[in-house]
Amino acid sequence: MKAAVITFPGSNCDMDMYHALESFDVDVDLLDDQASDLSAYDAIFIPGGFSYGDYLRSGAVAKFSPAMDAVKVAAENGQLVVGICNGFQILTEAGLLPGQLLVNEQPGFICDEVNLVVENPDSNFTNTMSKGDVLKVPIAHGEGNYVTDEVTLKELEDNHQVIFRYQENVNGSMNKIAGITNKAGNVYGMMPHPERAVDALTGNDSGRAFFESLLHAVDQKARA
Amino acid sequence: MSTQQTNPMANEPSPDMIAEKRIYADWGLTDHEYDLIVDHLGRRPNYTEAGIFSGMWSEHCSYKKSKPALRKFWSKNERVLQGPGEGAGILDIGDGQAVVFKAESHNHPSFVEPYEGAATGVGGILRDIFSMGAQPIAVLDSLRFGQLDNAKTRQIVDGVIAGIAGYGNAIGIPNLGGEIAFDESYAGNPLVNVMSVGLVNQNEMKVGQAKGSGNTIIYVGAKTGRDGINGASFASAEFSSTEESDRSAVQVGDPFLEKLVMDATIDAIKKYGKSIIGIQDMGAAGLLSSSSEMASKAGTGIELNLDLVPQREAALTPYELMLSESQERMLLVVQKGEEQPVIDLFEKAGLDAVAVGTVTDDGRYRLNFHGETVADVDIDFLTNAPEPKLAQEEPARLKEASASQYQPNVADANQVLLDLLAQPTIASKASLFRHFDSQVRADTVVKPGGDAGVTRIRGTKKALAMTTDVNSRYAYLNPFVGGQMAVTEAASNLVTTGALPIGMTDCLNFGSPDNPEVYYELHQSVEGITDMAKRLNTPVISGNVSLYNETDNKAILPTAMVGMVGLIADNKNITRAEFQNDGDQVYLVGTIGDTFNGSEIQKMQTGEIAGQLADFDVDAAQANQDFVLQAIDAGLVTSAHDLSEGGLGVALAEATFPNDFGLQADFAGTTAQLFAEVPGRFVLSVPSKQATAFEQKMTETKAVVAKLGQVTKDTVIAIQTKDGQVTVDQKAAKASYQNAIPQLMAE
Amino acid sequence: MYLAKIYVTYKPSILDPQGVVIKSALERLEYQGIEDVSQGKYFQVKLTGADKAAVAKEVESLVEELLINHNTETYTYDLEEI
Repeated sequence: MKAAVITFPGSNCDMDMYHALESFDVDVDLLDDQASDLSAYDAIFIPGGFSYGDYLRSGAVAKFSPAMDAVKVAAENGQLVVGICNGFQILTEAGLLPGQLLVNEQPGFICDEVNLVVENPDSNFTNTMSKGDVLKVPIAHGEGNYVTDEVTLKELEDNHQVIFRYQENVNGSMNKIAGITNKAGNVYGMMPHPERAVDALTGNDSGRAFFESLLHAVDQKARA
Repeated sequence: MSTQQTNPMANEPSPDMIAEKRIYADWGLTDHEYDLIVDHLGRRPNYTEAGIFSGMWSEHCSYKKSKPALRKFWSKNERVLQGPGEGAGILDIGDGQAVVFKAESHNHPSFVEPYEGAATGVGGILRDIFSMGAQPIAVLDSLRFGQLDNAKTRQIVDGVIAGIAGYGNAIGIPNLGGEIAFDESYAGNPLVNVMSVGLVNQNEMKVGQAKGSGNTIIYVGAKTGRDGINGASFASAEFSSTEESDRSAVQVGDPFLEKLVMDATIDAIKKYGKSIIGIQDMGAAGLLSSSSEMASKAGTGIELNLDLVPQREAALTPYELMLSESQERMLLVVQKGEEQPVIDLFEKAGLDAVAVGTVTDDGRYRLNFHGETVADVDIDFLTNAPEPKLAQEEPARLKEASASQYQPNVADANQVLLDLLAQPTIASKASLFRHFDSQVRADTVVKPGGDAGVTRIRGTKKALAMTTDVNSRYAYLNPFVGGQMAVTEAASNLVTTGALPIGMTDCLNFGSPDNPEVYYELHQSVEGITDMAKRLNTPVISGNVSLYNETDNKAILPTAMVGMVGLIADNKNITRAEFQNDGDQVYLVGTIGDTFNGSEIQKMQTGEIAGQLADFDVDAAQANQDFVLQAIDAGLVTSAHDLSEGGLGVALAEATFPNDFGLQADFAGTTAQLFAEVPGRFVLSVPSKQATAFEQKMTETKAVVAKLGQVTKDTVIAIQTKDGQVTVDQKAAKASYQNAIPQLMAE
Repeated sequence: MYLAKIYVTYKPSILDPQGVVIKSALERLEYQGIEDVSQGKYFQVKLTGADKAAVAKEVESLVEELLINHNTETYTYDLEEI
């Protein structure tokens, strides 16, 4: 698998994602916000952090970068696009995923490890898991409160676009949503950080299943 | 617009007016110091010159009053690559790598504007680390606040926590812990001490020196504004509670810009390290202190053209440009002729990078502005403030203190334990620390909440443990022993993770040094720290002094904060504070006597701390630490926790909380002694199958080690003592420990 | 030159957690009769243009493209010549 991690000014989980992918022997390139052609990559990762300081709104400025234009093209081409934390916020601001991430219901940044429940085990990001499986994954955000309108929410549920839910609603998200895909299933955003949980030495490697699923999906696609 | 035509200096007082109206005194210069300047110059200084002397001769920049104490620190051993005097100290950790660290206080700004004060404290210490060429890998905080029943204190706590989170989380450096304690002496003078740790390849280390006549001074980062003008003098003055309006001296931080500056600086050193002669952060007294100190350390001179300094406000005067403490600015000295690639690199990152001056060989500090020389002074004179000789006197309270130890009331020992667990200084700080990103960079092995934070070093088997510690109540009862104890406590924290303590930094937070009793406390604390640092082979490689922590002439408790770093050679030995397995055997390392003066139980039951601090056997504490390290190295230990506030009873309870175990223990001492406090004591848990090997080791050490009992899977903490027992429900104890701070903060 | 004063607020249907926290803090401070608090954003944009109508169009365009998120936010603005 060939992957790209896009570093925006202010991204700070770019190297974490890079190292996590490397630990799965993924061929990974680190690109900046000026990247204009992403056609060579099976998967494109938009990492966490505070792109452009997250001033104005999280992700609001990043969406105007050349790299995001390239990401839109890649999404239309069916390549996998994954946004973690700030990456999820950027994908919603850019309109590649519906809804928005607001200030946590109890305002304030939270860093913790929380249980995620697998809602849709058939996605590109959960295909090695079963429905109802529980993964303990780190979170670190102040604006992770997923909000959308009632119609879109119903669509997300009806189309099985909700991939993970929080076991306990840590940030006030509608329907405890932790991660969603677009309708086509190739664009995915989540607030929790699986890339921080890939090495037992750090006390948690439960994020590995996420990457294994993704690798499996890319592999299946290559065979098809 | 033609601001060029109007001279912003036109309205400045003349040299004669400065003398006649004693304007220099408003900036903190004494009459004596002013006269010295006049003598040296052979004339009265102009406004700019008087201003730069007031900045450089402030205690904050010059350490003129604390230097006699600081010279007593011990700061050399085989690992020390860089000792005090630079942005941060550096220690060799093998494989061509080095660890860089320093702690700094941001106390006064954090009282005036808690959010920005704390945020810019984080920003400043990070710049100290990356100015050495190092990648910051961790931040720790040592915080002191008044009691939480005070609404103003709760507001300060909220602001400080949010400020540290707001800055540190955005820049993406994990917060690995530290400690928070509460005492009413900090109500008007909270302490915000921030430590940062970085990693550097030894061949990429940099220092803040302006070597080489003709080399170019490059200004990098944020533009200069009027924020924090002469903040160094501000930080060196006492507060008066009637005068809370001094807001102009507080700076506003921009973590986004700092991240760009940090990444670009580290990148520039990697790519153009040979061209970059020196780097220094613009901290206290901004452009002035960074440029003059760099020249002073190199024995050179400096000439700056202030018209070239990037400015975000119109009509800044030389005084303002030199003394502004606008954040996120660095000063680089670059080899003549090799400037452009460095400038290009910063500009590509969207940052200002401008050549503003040159290194000279005449030892002068010369500032040009609008075609005029506005200051021309000798650098050595400017950077070496006269040291006043201050008196020391043993405080009356120490001479009069009772030798007898407080005898706690433990008639209802179960309740005593539950109440101690809810004392704010002991209780869980998780509700505060959870606002800090402790896992970004994905290297964190032991998160905040244990005895010390641990981070791995990628690509090696090594890991670094780090902690901050001090109990100012012990220092209040005996500053020398309090200093020894702070070092012992910090080292104990590290040892529990399996780390060998290798060096330390400090923040010396005291009241006014002009008070002989406070000055005595400062000297004694430093001597106590030095004594223990030598014994443990942990040199003091950097540090910071914060004096005048007084409100209405009442000083804070003497608070010599110690920040320490330990090296773990093999990450398989990393050990945690909490019990890991049902059935593991529990041991106590070290002896416990009737040491209650200065303890939490004394404070809780009497409302005060009093009496003499009990004798402290440093050899025993050291032997205990050695034993713990050996046992961990031998792979015999599954958890290790050091005793601190609240003593053995609290330590045992804490060890049961994270993984929800119970405990069955027999303690040979009295019930009261369960709550005695003495540093350098440990609770270890050992798997049953290793117990024989462990007990064999017990016979080979000078340390006194005794079996206490075992970890159980039921949820009762049951401790039999010589004269009684403590039996509490583990869930109730944990609730008491976890809920105390959230409940107090919600009032 | 014109000065646009732009006020961005949450749509009424959106829970504003910061507003809720501020309201409860005010109540703790014993301010009676606080009905509702919502926190928004305020921008000042100085800009030039052919005439006031053209500038107003420009303001609406930049607000809708960048300053607000249509999912949750709405806005009002004042425009004056300076």
